Amino acid sequence: MGQRASRSPVSSVLDAKALTKRYGHLEALRDVSFQAGAGEMVAVIGPNGAGKTTLLSILAGTQRADAGSVNRPPSEVGWAPQQPALYSKLSVVENLELFARLEKVPDPAAAVERMLEQTGLRARSREAVGRLSGGNRQRVNVAVGLLAGPPVLALDEPTASLDPAQRERMWAFIAGLAERGTTVVFSTHNVSEAQRHATRVLVLAEGRLLFDGAPARLLATQGQTEGGDLERALVGFLARHGDEPEAQS
Amino acid sequence: MRSLLRKDILILRRSRLLLALLVVYPVAIALLIGFALSRTPAHPRVAIFDQTPAGATIRMGSEHVDVARYTEQLFNQVQSVPVSSRAQAIAKVKSGDVLAAVVIPANIAAQLSSVLNHASLEVLYNGDALEQSLVRSTLDSALAHANLGFSEQIQKAAARAINALLRGGNLGGLGAPPNLVGLNQIPTLLHVIIQRQPRGHDRTELERIEAFAGFAARNLSLSRNVFSTVGQPIRVESKLVHGRRTPLNNFAVVVAVSVSLMFVCVLLAAGGVALEREEHTLGRLLRGLVSREALLAEKCLLAAGCSFVVAFAMLAGVGAFVALDWSRVGEWLLALALGAIAFAALGVAIGALAREVRASSLLAFLLSLPMAFLALVPSGAVSGGFSDAIAAVSFVFPFKASLQALDAAVNGASPSLGGSLVHLAVLTAVFGALARLGLRRAE
Repeated sequence: MGQRASRSPVSSVLDAKALTKRYGHLEALRDVSFQAGAGEMVAVIGPNGAGKTTLLSILAGTQRADAGSVNRPPSEVGWAPQQPALYSKLSVVENLELFARLEKVPDPAAAVERMLEQTGLRARSREAVGRLSGGNRQRVNVAVGLLAGPPVLALDEPTASLDPAQRERMWAFIAGLAERGTTVVFSTHNVSEAQRHATRVLVLAEGRLLFDGAPARLLATQGQTEGGDLERALVGFLARHGDEPEAQS
Repeated sequence: MRSLLRKDILILRRSRLLLALLVVYPVAIALLIGFALSRTPAHPRVAIFDQTPAGATIRMGSEHVDVARYTEQLFNQVQSVPVSSRAQAIAKVKSGDVLAAVVIPANIAAQLSSVLNHASLEVLYNGDALEQSLVRSTLDSALAHANLGFSEQIQKAAARAINALLRGGNLGGLGAPPNLVGLNQIPTLLHVIIQRQPRGHDRTELERIEAFAGFAARNLSLSRNVFSTVGQPIRVESKLVHGRRTPLNNFAVVVAVSVSLMFVCVLLAAGGVALEREEHTLGRLLRGLVSREALLAEKCLLAAGCSFVVAFAMLAGVGAFVALDWSRVGEWLLALALGAIAFAALGVAIGALAREVRASSLLAFLLSLPMAFLALVPSGAVSGGFSDAIAAVSFVFPFKASLQALDAAVNGASPSLGGSLVHLAVLTAVFGALARLGLRRAE
């Protein structure tokens, strides 16, 4: 899959303003703001401890920000945490049905059917989730986040611990969602994945948003052209701009 | 909440090993505790080498007391294993076939009859310090019982001899001449004779003898009571100050059921909450799908419901063997329900604090076991300060309150059911609040 074209958000579906989060004396997020439009795939990248998971958790509503706001309530943001949040003793269909009911989806059976169709897991729908491969479990994890048909999907490292073939299938699935208009915000340690699949990248370091723009623009900051090495560009960018944020595109 | 409850029941049904363990383990522990509390100590096996000749008696005045009565008293207290020699007795002790051996010497009747010396038995025992202590205390108790029974026989024989001396008559047994005058009759007879004597030295001497005879008769009569008092100086009269007398068997039932209720409930509730963390579903649920209070209430309901069913089934099952008052079944249900809810609140608090199922199970065990044993330590069995500490610990955990509520419901024991139920309700609120705090950080 090639690099996706950057689309500027005509009208923002997701609007995060001045998000701040502290754990005791540690500032995990410092005044982070960004917007995302329909069908955008926004990658959140940065070193360990940068605040990526904290940002996604606040978008999903599993944590509250100490300051700032998100324009969408948690019920309008689908959530797929890094570790699949599923009941391993229940089957795929039982997990989907349970969360569809808890999400108060108007027609739970139809939502489950739709998700089985989208994830391609119909053949394994009666199998216990604990017996599925890591990739299939992650697909169910994402599917649970999509049951209520949210306009925004937050994915925390969706392909971590997956093998290359599973990763490819997962990205094809996520890309399909974006093409149908879902705004996808995902975190990843794999910068090349961000380069290939994201329309925009947010670079976080020590809780601050240092960069918000297309992957090609991050490459350009390091004198590279489209198709260059984004990972090297990110390392160079962090070395140069670690202390002050880059102006937003 | 209904969806969550259905989900948890489904998961529970699919965790058959866990379910079996949750039921079998507490029931096994409960039965062990029940047996330990309700069974009287078994009669120890003791080898008896009785060398006394058949029909040997001890002579008490005109009376003869059969030595066999003494050995019968002793045999009643132990499981006697007759042996034919001292060597055989020692061999049985060494092999562990018996805990001890008692050698009754052939001359025990003569020793007892001599009155000058104590008669003595030889006791042989073996084993480690604990066994020695058990055997010694058991045998001391058995010998004390036998001695008491035997002394009663001797008292009765002595009392009969004194009666004969006081009443007079034909005292052939004492080697006296026939139709002997009784000591009680002497003062009256002597008084009549004295009245017929002229005043003078002889009459004065007779009056002194009359006074002595009267004094001797009164005191000899009193000595019968003294014998009885010396034989058993202290009699015990026990009165229950308040509450109803609870037979040990019934109390053991209450303990066994309370232990089962506690284990099933605490483990299930703690495991239920911890499972949500372990499966990483807690964050997903608490981002608006379910409130923290509803989640905790659902876990409590499931754990309390399951443990209530197990505990009531146990109580009803045991009721087939131990006489329980079924007219109080409404109170049983109330005590079980409140106890289950309090244990469930403790369980969810443990589950909320622990990060995973194994840690929560371990914590539940570590808290539950001492909680149960401390609640069973009788007040006064330990020193004052320690007793107060135990009482305080027992007060802040639901086991003692639940035990008291069930004891009051099943046996009508004190303290009253109402007080214990209020105590359980307060503990439910406290542990519920702790659980709510523990869930503040979802992931």
